Amino acid sequence: MTTPNTSPSVELDDTTRAELERAGVIVSKVDFLYNWARGGSVWPLTFGLACCAIEMIASATSRFDISRFGSEVFRPSPRQADLMIVSGTVTKKMAPQVVRIYNQMPEPKWVIAMGACAISGGPFKQGYNVLKGIDRYIPVDVYLPGCPPRPEAVLQSLNYLQEKIRTQDIQSDPAFTGGRRQYPVPKFTGTDLEPPYNPDVWQPPTNPNAPADEEQEKEATA
Amino acid sequence: MTAAAPNYELIQQDGLETSLLEVSMGPHHPSTHGVFRMDVKLDGETVVDLKPVFGYLHRNHEKLAENMSYLASMPFTDRLDYFNSMTNNWAYALAAEQLIEIEIPERAEYLRVIMSELTRLVNHVSLVGFFVNDLGALGTPLLYAFREREKILDLFEQASGARMMCNYFRFGGLRCDVPEGWLDRTREVVDRFPKFLDEYEKLLCENEIILSRTQGVGNLSKELAVSAGITGPMLRASGVNYDIRKVDRYGIYDRFQFQVPYSKGDVGDCYDRFMVRMLEMRESIKILNQALDGIEDGPIMGNAGKVFKPAKAESYGRVEAPKGELGFYLVADGTPKPYRFRVRPPSFINLTVLRDMCIGQQVADAVIILGSIDIVLGEVDR
Repeated sequence: MTTPNTSPSVELDDTTRAELERAGVIVSKVDFLYNWARGGSVWPLTFGLACCAIEMIASATSRFDISRFGSEVFRPSPRQADLMIVSGTVTKKMAPQVVRIYNQMPEPKWVIAMGACAISGGPFKQGYNVLKGIDRYIPVDVYLPGCPPRPEAVLQSLNYLQEKIRTQDIQSDPAFTGGRRQYPVPKFTGTDLEPPYNPDVWQPPTNPNAPADEEQEKEATA
Repeated sequence: MTAAAPNYELIQQDGLETSLLEVSMGPHHPSTHGVFRMDVKLDGETVVDLKPVFGYLHRNHEKLAENMSYLASMPFTDRLDYFNSMTNNWAYALAAEQLIEIEIPERAEYLRVIMSELTRLVNHVSLVGFFVNDLGALGTPLLYAFREREKILDLFEQASGARMMCNYFRFGGLRCDVPEGWLDRTREVVDRFPKFLDEYEKLLCENEIILSRTQGVGNLSKELAVSAGITGPMLRASGVNYDIRKVDRYGIYDRFQFQVPYSKGDVGDCYDRFMVRMLEMRESIKILNQALDGIEDGPIMGNAGKVFKPAKAESYGRVEAPKGELGFYLVADGTPKPYRFRVRPPSFINLTVLRDMCIGQQVADAVIILGSIDIVLGEVDR
């Protein structure tokens, strides 16, 4: 782990801090301690969807060894996991299950969207049965591009996640303040998902180059 | 609780009657090798009925391929069976090469064989790892398997630029030649592989737990295997000597001396399927050694035109993929896009006998039986 972040709420000048450290006393925020512990023991869910899952497994094997970063305990049950690595193509048939598994995970929980398919649909985006990004239904913390990403990239995404965890504030972060975050499970109708996205999590991108008067015209006609 | 399955009598003893329990295993289940669901009806621990449910990874391969040029489908074939991108490429290239007349250079043929046999090693070694993992040996065998897999993936990366999704084959040859020194490095890996196999066999083949968990479990008779269209190691484990490398002799397989391991009995169980794969790895090493001896310098790409636009025709190209017969059926209508693009996936067709193998077995054995079929959901659902 890196050095403790000097937080503004602990008001100590550097000499006092150094003196205290010499005496074996470290002054820090509770946030730091919590985040340090949580970041160093992220338990991922054993959850493979497609090709990327193989590289996820490879990142746990001897050569890459994700346990060097405190993350080797892959848990098959969502109730015991902190991190969901959405590794692979999420099809429309599978999306409700993915959201349901996310809902079952206890707080604090994080999501890595691994591979082009989980981010946006990837090469299969044109297909009629592929969800164009899991971030339409659940919040994603780290996007990990690649098709499939190399195991080193999985490790890097874990590092990014740990960096993110270190900045979390226990008093304000939704992971700690509210209850378990749960999102509505979409319904697979046989041809499509209902609703097509969760407006609380994701909004369709707006075109910044669109001429302004066109929108006004639309409003006027509506 | 559900009503009894047809043709099944519930056990009655001392005036007590059992009732059936329906369990849905999957689509998120650590032992289903992806997103596959088994609806299992259980009487106690015994499987009474089983219904496979798939489609959780249906990625529209065929429809996508019909809307793009022939060559543009090549990277998509990598993602069918994502363990064996090289053999997938080869099957597709074979199908497409039948549509046009094209001469494949000698060196390309040799490299195709080398890549394909290395892929077989990767697939079988990982499969055995996963299979033993399903048996409950978490960790060690799988880690050993992946250690060896990484060495071969390094070779793929040096040749094609990618570890898993190689996209290395082209109609009429290969995309690029292998880099300098690649054949020597391959020779090194191939030479060391038998030592690893010895270790692996010592660890697994006569292991008491593996013997008692796999022998007599998941029996598949020769008749059923043939009539269900099973191919690959699963068919050979049921006692049929059938290998497309020997039957079709596609590429230059007629030049190599190798044997096809198959079971002597009429019924194949999980142990047979496991052993056939272990033995096949030895044969792959034999082929690799011969191919590495025989390869010579030369061009790697035949005289294929820039635009691949075959006349009206149909073609079917098949190879012995590590999982069985992988075939591509193409219908060309004279445009740069195929009119029909159909994949004959070995995993999917091998999966059809899952119910017959599982009925009457314990529920924990259903997991092993599924593991011994060797499915990859990218190929099952396409």
